[in-house]
Amino acid sequence: MDDSVTRPAGPAEAARPGVTTVLDAADLDVIRIDRLTKRYGDVTAVDRLDLRVRRGEVFGLLGPNGAGKTTTILTLLGLIEPTSGSVRVLGLNPVTQAIKVKQQVGYVPDSVGFYPTMTGRENLRYTARLNGLRHAEDRIADALDQVGLADAADRRAGAYSRGMLQRLGIADALVKNPSVMILDEPTIAIDPEGVQLVLSLIRRLRDERGMTVLLSSHLLYQVQEVCDRVGIFVRGRLVAAGSVRELSERLAQGRTVTEIQVGGDVDAAARRVAELDEVQQVDREGDLLVAVCTADVRARIAETLIGAGHPLLHLRQRSSHLDEIYHRYFHDEIT
Amino acid sequence: MTKSPDIAAPPPGWITVARKEIADHLHSARMLVVAGLLTVTGVAAVYAAGGRIRDVASAATDDPALFLKLFTISIENTPFAFVNFVALIGPLLGIAFGFDAVSSERSQRTLPRLLAQPIHRDDIVNGKFVAGLAVIGILLTALMALVAAVGIIRLGIVPRPDQVARLLVYLAVSCVYIGVWLAFALMLSILLHRAATAALTGIGAWLVLSLLAGLIVQMVAGVFTTPGTIENAEMQQALGRLSPAFLYEEVTAALLTPELRTLGVILPEQAFRAVPSQLPLGQSLLLVWPQLAALVALTAVIFALAYVAFLRQEVRL
Repeated sequence: MDDSVTRPAGPAEAARPGVTTVLDAADLDVIRIDRLTKRYGDVTAVDRLDLRVRRGEVFGLLGPNGAGKTTTILTLLGLIEPTSGSVRVLGLNPVTQAIKVKQQVGYVPDSVGFYPTMTGRENLRYTARLNGLRHAEDRIADALDQVGLADAADRRAGAYSRGMLQRLGIADALVKNPSVMILDEPTIAIDPEGVQLVLSLIRRLRDERGMTVLLSSHLLYQVQEVCDRVGIFVRGRLVAAGSVRELSERLAQGRTVTEIQVGGDVDAAARRVAELDEVQQVDREGDLLVAVCTADVRARIAETLIGAGHPLLHLRQRSSHLDEIYHRYFHDEIT
Repeated sequence: MTKSPDIAAPPPGWITVARKEIADHLHSARMLVVAGLLTVTGVAAVYAAGGRIRDVASAATDDPALFLKLFTISIENTPFAFVNFVALIGPLLGIAFGFDAVSSERSQRTLPRLLAQPIHRDDIVNGKFVAGLAVIGILLTALMALVAAVGIIRLGIVPRPDQVARLLVYLAVSCVYIGVWLAFALMLSILLHRAATAALTGIGAWLVLSLLAGLIVQMVAGVFTTPGTIENAEMQQALGRLSPAFLYEEVTAALLTPELRTLGVILPEQAFRAVPSQLPLGQSLLLVWPQLAALVALTAVIFALAYVAFLRQEVRL
């Protein structure tokens, strides 16, 4: 099994001139997309996309609706043929080896659906049969247990809430015991509690099963905490990729933002802070003072304020949210 | 070696799909409706024909095809015999089990998940077609068995092997004919995203091709030829053969009326002094071989169209 997975990657790489040590890296890259382009008539849904997803990581494909995320995902499953470029999943080409890819990749589509008249368990049983699994009852029970639906398993899927359906979707993908999970918008249209359940489930899949997870979302806030790396995807192009921290550092260009809250004369405190050399600008956001600094000067700010008799209530360095990052890249792209 | 022990020569994907679809059909409300409808028509046909068959039987004391009359004698004062009922309701059966086959997967949002399973894409269409045909076959077989059984009990006539063979061929041909409509409905369910639109289109086509076809053919033939002439009659027949309903009617007639010697236009002088006798099954089949071939070909063509449409269609549509 493992042989057949790596073998197709071998000759293909060897044929490429000047690349010799790529085999090890290829082994780590569960998903490799090179210059993928997909056009529908005049519309370019995906434009020369390069993407690597490493073994055992949670990768978030982030971008607004219509950015080409779902197109990319369906290409990985061989359900859409690329106009040009190459796609490899576990070293397999989804266009020519779709069945093999789909045996090893669990996919939970965007707002996943189930047959409403069948119970959750019956729905999973059908999936197991389609995967050629004969005696899968234990596996089905285990998958249902994993997602916390063991109690609801014998209720009709038509009576499930959106969040339950989403979790059933994950259980459905788990039945085949995949090495890669692809989730399209896993947190869409479910309540905050459901979102937390789904996210902790994704985290467990990575930590306990060593699974590689690719998820797409336009709700960056929700998924940033589970993603080891993210790619910002706008209008069919990947504008940035890396861990959240890397992206925020790249965006901040050495600047940091510090939140300060003081009691007493806030304006006087603001002036004090602004006098510091490293502070470029101080703004007020409600009760908070927000200082943009060229370096981390939290200690100096605290010293200054306390020295001047302002009671310091709160001091925190703001990490750039994915939201900010995303907006920034998104805006750069538009203007 | 990650292969699990429980993967042992799995059945092809279409069988799994077909099994699930058959189970769905058998539990569905539409199955109850259709089965009820068929039972009523079957019982009505056999009881009504039962009365008249005695007259026929007494008129032709040793008519060897008497048992077949059970299926072809029409209810008093109506043009409806059992075969007419099947010809009329058959297409509806095909439409009923096919019009939402693929569009329901879309509206329930199960299609992307289904396509992400390790089966070929055509397994889905194949499985659904096979499932529909299997259920229709079961229903039709049960219906014919019911009619035959009631006939045997009520009338006390027992079919002879030749007649049984004719009825079995008739059953098979009926399944093929309904298969045409099932394939057509399946195609509609792929091309049209709303099940209601597909059902209406299917029923519309059924009305045009089986009920209105005769009228349309008469009109068109009347434009080009003078009514009442041989040319007119021949043109009507040629045009009528464009409709699968007409082809099926011809096959049915040849199969269940062994006396039928030709499907062409016959003038009274040609039939003058002809000795009434019955054709063996082989000869009857030879008579309608082109029609049979056309029905099978039509099913294949429509199914192929549905198939190609599905393979080329966007997953997200």
